[in-house]
Amino acid sequence: MAELLRTSPLQAWTDTFARLPDPVGITAEPFVATVDVRLGTVGPEASAALGVDLPTAPNTWVPAGTGRAVWLGPDEWLLTSSTETPEEFEARVRAAVLPLGGSATDVSAQRIGLRLTGARVRDVLATGCSIDLHPRVFGRGSSAQTTLGQAGVVLLALSDAADDFLVLVRSSFAGYLADWLLDAALEFTTTPTHDR
Amino acid sequence: MQLIACPWCGPREEVEFSYGGQAHVPYPDSPAELSDEEWAHYVFFRDNPKGRFAERWNHSAGCRRWFNAIRDTATYRFERVYRLDDPKPVTP
Amino acid sequence: MTSPFRTPEGGRIDRSATVEFTFDGQVLRGHPGDTLASALLANGRHQVATSVKFGRPRGIAAAWAEDPGGLVQIEEPFPEPMLLATTVELYDGLAASGLPGQGRLADVPDSARYDAVHSHVDVLVVGAGPAGLAAALTASRSGARVALVDEQSEAGGALLGTDDELDGAPAVDWVAAAVAELAATPDVLHLQRTTAFGLYDDGFVLALERRTDHLGAAAPKHVSRQRVWRIRARSVVVATGAHERPVVFADNDRPGTMLAGAARTFLHRYGVLPGREAVVFTTNDSAYDAALDLFRAGVRVQAVVDARPEGSPQRRAECEGAGIRVLSGAVVTGTQGVERVTHALVAPFLDGEVGAGSAIACDLLLVSGGWNPAVHLFSQARGRLRYDATLGAFLPGEELDGVAVAGSAAGVPDLAGCLADGQRVARAALGVPAVPSAADDRLPTAPEPVVPTAPLVLWRVPDPSGAEGSTSFVDLQRDATVADIARAVGAGLRSIEHVKRYTTIGTAHDQGKTSGVLTSGIVAELLGVPVQDTGTTTFRPPYTPVAFAALAGRDRGRLFDPERVTALHEWHVAAGAVFEDVGQWKRPRHYPRPGEDMEAAVLRECAAARTGVGILDGSTLGKIDVQGPDAAVLLDRLYTNLMSSLKVGSVRYGVMCGVDGMVIDDGTVLRLAEDRFLVLTTTGGAAKVLDWMEEWIQTEWPDLRVHCTSVTEQWCTFPVVGPRSRDVVGAVFPGVDVSNEAFPFMTWRDTTLDGVPVRLARISFSGELAYEVYVNPWYAVAVWQRLLDAGRPHGITPYGTETMHVLRAEKGYPIIGQDTDGTVTPHDLGMAWAVSKKKPDFVGKRSFARPENHNPLRKHLVGLLPVDRQTVLPEGSQIVEYRTDGRLPAPPVPMLGHVTSSYRSAELARPFALALVKGGRERIGETVHVPVDGTLVPVEVTGSVLVDPEGARRDG
Repeated sequence: MAELLRTSPLQAWTDTFARLPDPVGITAEPFVATVDVRLGTVGPEASAALGVDLPTAPNTWVPAGTGRAVWLGPDEWLLTSSTETPEEFEARVRAAVLPLGGSATDVSAQRIGLRLTGARVRDVLATGCSIDLHPRVFGRGSSAQTTLGQAGVVLLALSDAADDFLVLVRSSFAGYLADWLLDAALEFTTTPTHDR
Repeated sequence: MQLIACPWCGPREEVEFSYGGQAHVPYPDSPAELSDEEWAHYVFFRDNPKGRFAERWNHSAGCRRWFNAIRDTATYRFERVYRLDDPKPVTP
Repeated sequence: MTSPFRTPEGGRIDRSATVEFTFDGQVLRGHPGDTLASALLANGRHQVATSVKFGRPRGIAAAWAEDPGGLVQIEEPFPEPMLLATTVELYDGLAASGLPGQGRLADVPDSARYDAVHSHVDVLVVGAGPAGLAAALTASRSGARVALVDEQSEAGGALLGTDDELDGAPAVDWVAAAVAELAATPDVLHLQRTTAFGLYDDGFVLALERRTDHLGAAAPKHVSRQRVWRIRARSVVVATGAHERPVVFADNDRPGTMLAGAARTFLHRYGVLPGREAVVFTTNDSAYDAALDLFRAGVRVQAVVDARPEGSPQRRAECEGAGIRVLSGAVVTGTQGVERVTHALVAPFLDGEVGAGSAIACDLLLVSGGWNPAVHLFSQARGRLRYDATLGAFLPGEELDGVAVAGSAAGVPDLAGCLADGQRVARAALGVPAVPSAADDRLPTAPEPVVPTAPLVLWRVPDPSGAEGSTSFVDLQRDATVADIARAVGAGLRSIEHVKRYTTIGTAHDQGKTSGVLTSGIVAELLGVPVQDTGTTTFRPPYTPVAFAALAGRDRGRLFDPERVTALHEWHVAAGAVFEDVGQWKRPRHYPRPGEDMEAAVLRECAAARTGVGILDGSTLGKIDVQGPDAAVLLDRLYTNLMSSLKVGSVRYGVMCGVDGMVIDDGTVLRLAEDRFLVLTTTGGAAKVLDWMEEWIQTEWPDLRVHCTSVTEQWCTFPVVGPRSRDVVGAVFPGVDVSNEAFPFMTWRDTTLDGVPVRLARISFSGELAYEVYVNPWYAVAVWQRLLDAGRPHGITPYGTETMHVLRAEKGYPIIGQDTDGTVTPHDLGMAWAVSKKKPDFVGKRSFARPENHNPLRKHLVGLLPVDRQTVLPEGSQIVEYRTDGRLPAPPVPMLGHVTSSYRSAELARPFALALVKGGRERIGETVHVPVDGTLVPVEVTGSVLVDPEGARRDG
């Protein structure tokens, strides 16, 4: 039997995203293995078991292997991997944190990532995000769980120039947020016309 | 739009938070041993002062952590926020 | 082209271009840079409209937002009511008409875009006049992040309406240099045409930017017409200037009557002479500038009427040097004319008494009663105001954290003072020394201010006409007079807030910008109390009107409320599903075939599920992964029944209550491992139940070793339902023994499909043999298609939420929130079996012992069968005792309960309902009445389970 076909919540937006001009680039990043990790205390043991120092500063993320480790709360992180399957990744992380009293849950399909790149994406985000995104305040390594438009998101700064962000959004809200972003970007994606 | 200082995430707009009523109202140790009136006080009765009030808040759109705050119910000003494992601050 | 009142030169209009517009059907011309008001005045037109109550002619009385007279309706390019001619920038093709106090909403959808932008700054300066520009320059030179917003089309504030000089050159040159410097400084946001309309907590300011209004039909469609800036500032500098205050006298509303400073603005900024023959009535020095400026521009100034006994000796000399007559100790007591002032009535004024007067011919009557600092934003920030008896004005009366007032908004009288004050306030806001430390932080030098003669505080001129102030207008927009205030005070009102509501003064479009302080003064005078005691009414946002469209921004149409969809949404759309809103989710309600209405489709879908096989997209079900050694302990505490005894591989139904013992959610629980459960909640309860678990764990039981994680969108769920479901599931997952022996009801099994993990669970919300298929949404479309393909020989029928509801209701399964309302216990639902008697405690248990929970008249969930086998009872219908005469008794009619769910059943071949009925279980077999459209429908009370009460199908 043929392999099962994978579909992404933002498949229907692919062409629209591809046509966007550089200053407001949007790319969907589906199918990323993601695990929600809960762990009461982090330290050398956890670092050794996981292979990454989980960030303890609120509102930050760090690179972790082929993915990232994002602070979600004082005992909660989001770990991603771009090389493992969700099942492999959950099993590995779970095995690492279980002896330390932690837990790990596969949430790969819970959210989808939207990569925003370009000189105007900060302006696009500012139309619906109350967080200060000035590069001095929200530089590379910053993250925030907040709302964008009317959707809850995890927002990651990937550069120090406020021109590269990753927005993680619940899959069921992905279509809404994609439409919302495209609408917000309209001012930068439309060739000015002065007709009636 | 007030800012509320989440003890973890720092100041965020109030719409990111949800209210949890009076703080320091623990679940009774042995509910079965309480009289109906005592139980009703736990379930239904809360203080309603004008002025300083210790309250529970949840950063529901952010880190989802509960915390406590001392807020003035007349001015809405948050005087301080503190974590659940911190003792209730002594206020003058 | 002739604009008879346009000066030959000067002003900030573009004389090289002409703009054509229409007012009240008349085609007129103006220039870019004009407002509608200045263009009308240039054409000799003062009257704009008639007043709301008395139909009196009203005209342009000020030059900006404080104008109470010139209300217009825009007709083209897009209809918009209730704008001020003084704030509408002129553009080609503008069509407007005067409004008698009330506007007309557009009857076509507004196609313009509106949006919002968040901004964060160290210092927000409101107002780009001298004080605001000085503050913004000072702040920006320090490296701070600065926003400067100003409501006019260009920076300069009061400087635009004068011929003041700075550093020996026109002050507007300095304005241009300041603007250029700000534009070249990083992290400075400078917005013109932007009104800060509300100051809220923690330095939060809302400002409305009119981005394309001034472009008319040429406005680009993809740019928002208006934008709400949501500015969060560490410090706010309020440099909003001052509004000139009129003096009230009889017939002071006649067109041609105007604030003195406004006339200067029309002259200097727009190159317009508001008249040919002017009388200037003042209580202070500032109006002399208007008299002299207009005189120099060619206006015959008939007289300056100064209410002060000695006037201003210095300014009198200047006037008399120019040949202008100055009458000190005199007032204007009234006007003559019909639609325009023809004469000012002038009389001697001594110790509050008016002497015999005379008429002076004029077509322009300028008035100045002093200046009211624009303290609106300071007051919105709950800043206390202080009455200054010398100025006759309210000033900021305290220091506020994060909000400072600068320049004439703080009562600073002169240009040099305003510049210095802006700099001082900005330095204080930044926390830097008050003494300039850097040579480059220099401000221009203003001419040495002339020490003014003290003003006279005069609110109103006694009405010598005998009309007792009934034509002495305080609030022109509300047609409210001195007589109205006297009537209010005479009726015993003392509070200024009460007088406001009694007279409606200050409640119109302008929110009392010119009338507010006058009212305070007149009320104080009538009551014989100090003005400080009267105070002002509360200043509330918005400072000027804001369109709802702007506040709605982009949250309208498709983006009004997020639509949550499952991974199968596009399949549902292609299958012709009719969708239902379930919270924010879009769920297929039914899948009509050509020619089917909902009833026919649902009967067909129900029959398929009961006799063949149906399939539902149940992916919206809430799902929570509960992990940890104490996972079972947590669930035992939160569910009414025992979860710790559940075996790995099994499933159990559970009910959750609040501490008050009322049901808050229900669902099933899968035990995945000794230390891991998958909790399924209702669609609507998903977030609520996770929050509920987190609340208890964090706030009450931090020692429990358990973690909860939402996996609602990690798993799609497809119930395959009906007698043929075993064949379908067996065919798609050949690795699973789907026999009842190997895979009984209320168990689950893991398997794979082409290497993809799949979980199957024998859970039934329909009462039929059913298998729920759980799969990662990435593969949802593929797995759903496999199930459809395998089901085709059995006529597999996708069904929607309506069929789901009928099937579950036939089985008496309640929907929490539809069949319950927060006052319903598990016992009320007939679910005593789901309440553990073994557990010492769980949330809600203690409340079950309260006497009220043993009241035999509590409402129980029961079934209802309409006796006529025809009527579908409307949900929400009330239930009453059976009435032999078939008529309702006189009200109040005793109610027994209400219908919570009601459907037509294919299986029963009749309609049925679920209901909450007082003592319902004791009434089974009785007949009661349900009033429907005025008739009493007899219905039989039955048990709530109407189909397969033994559960043979489900378990089979």
